[in-house]
Amino acid sequence: MRHGVARFVTGFLALPVGLYLFYVVWPFLQAAGYSLTDWGGYSDRQQFVGLENYIRLFSDELIRKAFWHNVFFLVTVPLFTIALALFLAFLLNVGGREDRAGIRGVFGSGLYKVIFFFPQVLSLVVIAVMWQQIYRADGQGLINGVLMKIGLIDGDDPITFMYDPEPFLGVPAVLWWLLLIAVWSGAGFYMVLFSAAMQSIPKDVYEAAILDGAGRFHTFFRITLPLLRDTVSVAWVYLGFIALDMFALVYIMTPSQGGPNHASEIFASVINFNAFQKGQFGYACAIAVALAIFTILLAALQLRITRRERIEY
Amino acid sequence: MSTVTHTPGGLAGPDQAPPPGRTPARRAALGGGSAGARFFNGFSHLFLAVWAIMVVYPLLWVVMSALKTDAEVIRKPLSLIPERLQWDNFARAWTEGHIGSFFLNTVLVLTGSVFLTMLLGSMAAYVLARYDFPGNRLIYYMFLSGLTLPIYLAAVPLFKGVYNMGVVLPFLGPNKHLMLILVYVAWSLAFTVFFMHSFFRTLPTAIAEAGMVDGASHSRLFFSVMLPMAKPGLISIGIFNVLGQWNQWYLPTLLMQSVAGEPKNQVISQGLIELSVNQGYRSDWSGLFAGVTMAMLPVLIVYIVFQRQVQSGLTAGVSK
Repeated sequence: MRHGVARFVTGFLALPVGLYLFYVVWPFLQAAGYSLTDWGGYSDRQQFVGLENYIRLFSDELIRKAFWHNVFFLVTVPLFTIALALFLAFLLNVGGREDRAGIRGVFGSGLYKVIFFFPQVLSLVVIAVMWQQIYRADGQGLINGVLMKIGLIDGDDPITFMYDPEPFLGVPAVLWWLLLIAVWSGAGFYMVLFSAAMQSIPKDVYEAAILDGAGRFHTFFRITLPLLRDTVSVAWVYLGFIALDMFALVYIMTPSQGGPNHASEIFASVINFNAFQKGQFGYACAIAVALAIFTILLAALQLRITRRERIEY
Repeated sequence: MSTVTHTPGGLAGPDQAPPPGRTPARRAALGGGSAGARFFNGFSHLFLAVWAIMVVYPLLWVVMSALKTDAEVIRKPLSLIPERLQWDNFARAWTEGHIGSFFLNTVLVLTGSVFLTMLLGSMAAYVLARYDFPGNRLIYYMFLSGLTLPIYLAAVPLFKGVYNMGVVLPFLGPNKHLMLILVYVAWSLAFTVFFMHSFFRTLPTAIAEAGMVDGASHSRLFFSVMLPMAKPGLISIGIFNVLGQWNQWYLPTLLMQSVAGEPKNQVISQGLIELSVNQGYRSDWSGLFAGVTMAMLPVLIVYIVFQRQVQSGLTAGVSK
């Protein structure tokens, strides 16, 4: 019997663990090793340089830029997506009529949910290519076309979207336009998530509140929102990961993958630029290790902040 | 699941709407809402409708532009009704844009990779969740760590590893379907194991013990008792993996570059990126829109048919 268990466990684990070690763990370990060398990537020549790459990292103008752009997305993507998703979920669930059964959801909320969820099933590449056409910097683009038609902007002076490095509120305009896409594609998913969480709050909680004379706004802000805290914090962590991974949009949509003039660089695009365009693999690996440490610290921090007693019901 | 609003016609979809005659009567009996409530209801509808249009309009615009001529795309970019339906845009994107073969490649790769991900992922998760042995925690945390590390960190060595592998075993080298399948499986294992691990933990032990008493072997117990019991979890993680691997673009871009003369084994995401780069030179706008439409519609249709499962499957993936 005991012997059988050992054979069974090994047999079941061998393949998954083997694949994982070869295609995931080993590359990560190698990357950490390369980050200590000056390897260019194409030659076999590599020299151990110690922490030189890491020291260089701190004085790299491009990395400083990328860092702040990452921080920008890290704050704004979760903030705007969650705010919009909560607002939509609120309207959907308490925007309906009021009667003896309590406050209702709006009519047709099922249909709204189906539609809002659309972007979630589209791939990032489809979204990026589609928005490339929406954001075209001439009358052929959807947004410029509409705005020209209703006369809000002049035909000779269209919005340049992805080619606009001018800062708005201290952040390059191109980043704001990318943010809009992220919020557009994420809001529906998190609305469905919040909606489901709202519906799993037991009815008696609401009945008690309504008996006490609470209106729908009070009920929402004093009861629903606090009880959603767990779900919102999980959503925040997930959106944080998405915000770190805006690379698909940057790669496909911005000029020279991080432009114009490095205005939309993020960590991933700087790694890509250094590794595949400048041929500095060692240095690129050092940036990636720094990003990994940054990510892990952030995840730990978020888990610490959001950890709280669960409310059981 | 109890809900605040789950009386008929409340949160339910249009398919469950109450008979139209009853609603006004009941509302009258209850005295109706206050003016404020009615205003709020109107505002809710307005805002929700505006957002719905913001989601649907761009998609519709892409589909409709795919049916126009190039001249029409340039002359009347905003119109949603093509003068004459140009189906040959689709034919052109399918053959000349290689969307057809990219599609086939994607389906081929996904068939293998999703199946293997589910099988190997639940095998590993089951053993880690249900059997105590030295190194259990270590392996579990090794899988878990893959969730936080950014893929870009591994990019360069992964490419090199695959390249070197191709020298020894050509069918596992760059631009090979089998290689991409294995890479997808490896990179999907972290989340699959994590998800199924927590699922197997919650399954009752009594049934497994009964099976043991009846003389079932460990692997038989897994395949004919535990796996069927884990079906809801498998559906969730299955949907998650199908969409996740269908959407993958970074790994294929890194590993599936075809050198001149080699067959084009790229997947659909790469095909779209290629199309969007090329159309800039050839200004084949309608062909591009047709390509995007073809990449978008199958998933959307599957989603609309299975919307309930997809929604709950994906949200379960987050709330675990």
